[in-house]
This record gives sequence, structure tokens and C-alpha cells, in this order.
Amino acid sequence: MKAFAALLDKLYFTYSHLEKIETLKHFFANTPDPERGYTVAVIAGLINFQFFKRALIVELAAEKVDPYLLDLSYGYVGDLAETIALLWPGQITVVSPLPPLNQIILDVSLLTKNEILTYLHDLLNLCNEVERWALIKLGLGNLRIGVSARFIKIALAEFGRKDVQDIERIWHGLTPPFIELFAWLENKGPIPDVSKSLFFHPVMLSHPIDENELSKIGPELFSVERKFDGIRVQLVSSGIGKKLYTRTGDDISGSFPDVIAAIDKPVVLDGELVIYKNNKILSFNELQQRFNRKNPAKKLIEELPGFVILYDILIDGTEDVRQYSFLERRAILESWFAKHKSANMMLSEILPFNPNHSIHNLREQVIAEKDVAVEGLMIKKKDSPYIAGRPMGHWYKWKRDPLVVDAVLMYAQRGTGKRSSFYSDYTFGLWSGDELLPIGKAYFGFTDEELKQLDHWIRTNTVNRVGPVREVKNELVFEVAFDSVNLSTRHKSGYALRFPRISRIRWDKPGKEADQLTVLSSFLTT
Amino acid sequence: MSTTTHYKEWFEIRPQGLFCVPGQFYIDPVYPVDKAVITNAHSDHARSGHQLVYATKETVEIMQLRYGLDCAQYLHILPFHQMQTIKDIDIYFLPAGHILGSAQCVLQSENHRVIISGDYKRVKDPTCLSFIPQPCDLFITEATFGLPIFNHPSIEVELNKLLESVKSFPDRCHLVGAYALGKCQRVIKTLRLMGYAEPIYLHGALVKISKYYEAQGITLGDLRLASELTREQSAGKIIMCPPSALHDRWTRRFADPIVANASGWMQIRARAKQQLIDLPLIISDHADWQELINTIKEINPKEVWVTHGLADALVYYMNQQGYKTSALTLISVEEGAQS
Repeated sequence: MKAFAALLDKLYFTYSHLEKIETLKHFFANTPDPERGYTVAVIAGLINFQFFKRALIVELAAEKVDPYLLDLSYGYVGDLAETIALLWPGQITVVSPLPPLNQIILDVSLLTKNEILTYLHDLLNLCNEVERWALIKLGLGNLRIGVSARFIKIALAEFGRKDVQDIERIWHGLTPPFIELFAWLENKGPIPDVSKSLFFHPVMLSHPIDENELSKIGPELFSVERKFDGIRVQLVSSGIGKKLYTRTGDDISGSFPDVIAAIDKPVVLDGELVIYKNNKILSFNELQQRFNRKNPAKKLIEELPGFVILYDILIDGTEDVRQYSFLERRAILESWFAKHKSANMMLSEILPFNPNHSIHNLREQVIAEKDVAVEGLMIKKKDSPYIAGRPMGHWYKWKRDPLVVDAVLMYAQRGTGKRSSFYSDYTFGLWSGDELLPIGKAYFGFTDEELKQLDHWIRTNTVNRVGPVREVKNELVFEVAFDSVNLSTRHKSGYALRFPRISRIRWDKPGKEADQLTVLSSFLTT
Repeated sequence: MSTTTHYKEWFEIRPQGLFCVPGQFYIDPVYPVDKAVITNAHSDHARSGHQLVYATKETVEIMQLRYGLDCAQYLHILPFHQMQTIKDIDIYFLPAGHILGSAQCVLQSENHRVIISGDYKRVKDPTCLSFIPQPCDLFITEATFGLPIFNHPSIEVELNKLLESVKSFPDRCHLVGAYALGKCQRVIKTLRLMGYAEPIYLHGALVKISKYYEAQGITLGDLRLASELTREQSAGKIIMCPPSALHDRWTRRFADPIVANASGWMQIRARAKQQLIDLPLIISDHADWQELINTIKEINPKEVWVTHGLADALVYYMNQQGYKTSALTLISVEEGAQS
């Protein structure tokens, strides 16, 4: 645990990538198994505990700290682990033995909830402030030390002088503490064999297209499909089982048993999960209802059946087809579909893209279909292999223009992590007569420079404070962009925006001239 | 003629700052006014352009150093403990322990005494007089670090980190950001008392005030100009500069600097990271949470007002402890202005 805490602290205050890699390499070389493997797992976000998580941590803190003071402190610090580490009464320079990280992970996963409270309590009393911070981070999950899961793989590759693509390929078939992986990296064993396991394969992602790139898109090089507004999924069947994953590798098989029931032979498919009923794709809202149910009732499944629009294939039987071109994979996908098609799947249609149909025409045509589940075009290079990550120049997305309203800033709250101390979380509203009603929150869409200006404006225009929240004068107008609007009973305004972000700060526009709430009704899609 | 009004009627909050009605003066006003009582020379308390200023000798002299001899129409030096009648009220200064010359302002009538703490700390500082607690009816306290997360370690513990780092990285220089008035001299003086006898190098912006401190008898040892160092010579050295210069082009001349910053805000990781600090040093010239609480308990006033900083938590906690406490919000003062 001491080594783990010191590593996290060092990485937190290291700003150069090279230095971070060096720090990690040094750690891998000097830390025994299984501690180094568990450290990798924690940094990659693979360790989740049943009980040791946010709620339990807050309960633990409540024994030592008044909840109101905890709230105020957390609002100020912007990081729960650090707040508790600072508030926990204790001497900062106590030298004490702590169990190794792997021991703590094992202990915490075996104890009951009440036993964990006592266990952590005793452990925190032995920790210095940095160790308390690291220990609580372990439960919270989000480390915020500037090292991503991708970065840790690069560091592992550098450590073992191996190709990072090889690590990516086997990564999701490996489990902590990665003994075989380290053996291979240190040339003491073969590359781990993952062919017999059931796992997620990193997906290929697209870039938003810009004007310059649009001019290079022609039918000889590119193929065009609709872009659906569902959830990107991967269907995996390997002979030992079946799984449905999100594009980040989260296993959502439990929520959609109807979707994986349809496949049996070994295959890995890429597609969009939607709700499809009576020959119609339903809205994202309905998909959300299914998504939130871990064990859906049969009735809900019948009411809102899951459905996958297929657009790619990664593994066909036992053959990995990712190296083939998009066109070749499409042919493989079509023949797979012809043999195995089921009622809750369809192929994503390749749109007729030829010299008579410009890419602009196609987009207009798709938008004119007014389908709630279509949000624009996907443009894919015909000769591209399937590359994990977001490679440049292969896949593009071209969404329809967002909807916008001019809303008034009402409340602001300090941000967390990198934005600690800055007022960066904004609640804004529209006019309903003389009253402003909040319609949503956003915390991005502006530059760091604009953030500083907004922070200053908020501090000098505060009219009221409620705990960490500042109420401001109804004078600053944001142009808010969003993808769609739905009716909502959870908001007093009666509307909920999907994916709201600040598109412009209208320093010039008086608050009184912002939009009326009634404009939202004209944007309703359902 | 001393006022007979109740102390609660002595104050008004005006855009310029806190106004004392019976004395017709402002305390630490942020805009030019006719009459100002100034508790310390930091720029958020001491501004130029007032007609008449009452302040301690050191505060007056530092203001003149920074803003020029004519920084106010009349500068009235009021030594510590010396009573002065201003219109209908008597005032005197008590040491506040914040920086050289820093004072608490005591307002007194026949029946009441009010103490405005100004900025203060309770730990011993070899560069200024220590805070003197005195009983009063109303204590108006600052609360720059008014949250229970602020628990400042001793300055020796923090400076030891710096000295250890200097030892571990002999090929690199250490840039230490410190506020030009007070913090810089306290850090240097403490390093000297800890036995560090090597020359310490200063950014030009720190020279004037450091010389002034030395002229007041606060010896700071061998100080040299950082601009005289070559890249090679800078290795292994401690170089002090204002926090704003830590990432300036100015720093490129030095050998692979390790960037340290001496500030109470360094207790919060994200603050240190936002400023790209390698070595945060938690060194503050303000009272931390426990010092604020202990001071109020020690003074045990009938009433407490909290201003300058993070008031909410302190107001809540002191009321819980049975001290009648409320927040005094000055329009012009923002949390976290500087430490």
C-alpha cells in the first residue's frame, strides 16, 4: 500500500508523459507480483468492490466529520478522497506498517459491509495523508492522476519492449494480477493465450468531419451509412458463452438477454443497439428505460424489445477478420447475416453514394426522413482495416446541426478534479413569463480562458449562496446546443435536454432577451 | 467625546469596505477614501490614494516603498498599543503576527471594545511580532482558511522537504515561489534558523522588501541576485521568486528547475497541479482552521463576526460550540484572493 500511494502521488505531480512512463517502468521493475499487477488493475479502472464505494466512504467519514462541514469542504476541494484524507484526524508523519495493496484488495472483497467499515477505519488511522488519499481513491475508482487505461498499456509495452497493439489485442482477455502478462513482458514466458476466453475487443471509433475533410469525400473511396442514435454495442459469442458489451467494454448482457439469445456460433459483431417495435425504431428515451434495468421483466422485454443494427464484423467463426478492408468485411458480414439472421437484427443499409448523389444531398435526404433514431451520416473509408481506437482518416461522423436556445445562467457550482475551485458547472433556464425555470446543466463547451472569465463573472455577480451553490444575477446568456428535447416530469420546466453543452457565451445579450420556455415545444420529436 | 452608542451601531458595510461610524473612517478600504485605518501592507488591505491613513510604522514605510512617498495625502504613524482618538472613538493597534507591521485594530468606547483581527496567524514567526489576544465584546475575524481541511503543518516540516529535495537533486535548481512581502522573508529567515547558510538567490521583485526587512534588524544572511547566476551555477541553488514568475520565460535560464510554491493553498492538490507545481510547500501567514477556533475560544468575545474568506463553515461550527457568530460579507472581498 505504501508503494502504491507513493506511486499515485508521484504520478499526480508529474506533468510530462515521458517522466510518467519512466516512473511506471521503475515501479514495474521494482515491485513484486502480485502487487504490481493489482496496481495496474487499479489504474486501469478494473477493480470494483461490492461495498467499498462512495456511499460507504461517506458513511465512514460521517463518523469523524460533521456532514455539513464535509459538504462545504468537498465543494471547495472538489475531490472526495482528498477531502476525507485532509479531514481525517491524525498525525501526518506517523510511520506505520501497512498491508500490501493485493492484501487490502483481497480483505475488502471478502469482508461484510460492517466489517469493512471497521477495517478501513483502523487502516486510515495508520495512514499518513497521502496514503489516506490513495486508500479512499481505491474505493472511489476514479483516480484522476492523469494516467488513462490506454496510457498504462503504453507504459507496459515500453517496460517490456513490446508492441502496444499486441497488448491491446489480448488486454480484455487478461485478468488481474496479470502474472502471465508480466512474465511475457520480462521475457520469462510466452504471450498469454486468450483464444479460449470470452472478452471484449476494443472498438473502432470515428472523428467528427470538418469542411476541409468533407471536400475529399468521394464515392470511389468512401462508403456511407446512417448514423443511429442508440448505444454502440459489441456482440461476442465464443463457444464458452455470449456477451453484449458497450463500446467501453461494460458488460450489459444482463439488461438485454433477448439480444444475445439470437446468436450462438462463435462471432464478434459490431452494431448499434436500439429499441425496435412495429417496424419502427423508438427514441433514445425508451432505450434508456431498458438500459437502466439490470434484470428486465419479460413484460418489459416484450414492450420494448432490444434490436441490433449490424455494421461490422471482427471475428467470423475462428477467423479474425479485422485486417481485411471495410468492403471485404462488409461482404463477410452480409453472408454471415444471410445464414444466421434473426428477428431482432438487421444490416445497416449502405446508402447509394455515387456522382449523382453528393454527400451533402445524402445528409439532407437522411435528415428529411425525420427519423428520431437517425442523427446524421457515418462515412467509412472502403479500404480501411478495423483499427482499435480513433485512428485518423478512416471513419467520420457527420451529425445533423444541433438545436440551440439562448438560456440564462441561474446557478453555478465549483468543478472537480482539474477544475477544482473554478465555478464550472452551470444551471441555466428559460423565461416563463417573469420567472426563469431551469432546463438543464452543462459543464463543457467553453475554453479554459472563457472558464476564467465565467468564474470571475460568477464571483462578482452572486446574489445568494446555498452551501456550495451560487445563485447569480439573471444577466448572463448562454447559447446552449443540444441534440434533442424530451418531455420530463423530473424538471419543473417540464423538459429535459439531451446532451446539452454551451456553444457560445453571449456576453452581448441582455438576460431579458433570452428565449421563452415555449420555444422548446417546437423542438419536441415525439 | 467618546461615543455612547452600542457597538453594533458602529459599523456600516459600504462599497469601499467596512466603515466605522463614530470614527468616520474605513478599515482597509479598497477604493480611495478620506480616512482609512490600514491593518497591513498587503495590497488587498493597503491601497494608495487615501487622504489620511492611520497605520503602524512598518505598514506606512512599506506602503511608501511600494506606492511612493505620496501614496496618501497624510500618513499618520500609530505605534502598537498607543491610543488615538479619531472623532468619537478611540483606537489602538495590537500585533497580529501576519507579517512585519501587521496589526489588529482595537476600537474602544467607555462601555465597549471591538477588535478587528486583520490578517493573522498564531504560530511563531521570526520576522514579526506575535498575535496578542485581548478580551473584547465583538471580535471580527478573518477566515481565509476557514474550512476544517486546512491544517497547516509546521514551517520546519515543509522547509525540510525543500532541503531534502535540494540534497537529492544536486544537478537541478529549486525555484521557490513566495509572496514578495512577508512570506519570502519568513521562508528565508526560517531556512537560516534551520542552519541553511548557503547563498539564497532572489528574483528582482523580491529585493526591495527583503532589504527593508534587513534594515529593521531581521537578518536574512547571504542574499544574491538570481540574474547573476549562469545555468551551470544555478544547479543546487535555492532561488526565490514571486509565484507569478514560476513559469515565466525568466526561468528558462536555470538548470532544470524543480518548481516549489510556498502557500497555504498548496494543501489542495488540484491547486498545486493547476499551477504545475512539483513541490508544494504548505506555508501560510494566515491562521488555519484550528487556530481560528482556538483564537475565538481564547478571546471569548460576546459576539463574533467572520469576514475575509471562507465564512460559512466557521460560522456554523462556532455557533454549534455556543459562540454567537455571524458572517460579515464585504462586497469587495473575494475568497482566496491571496495568501
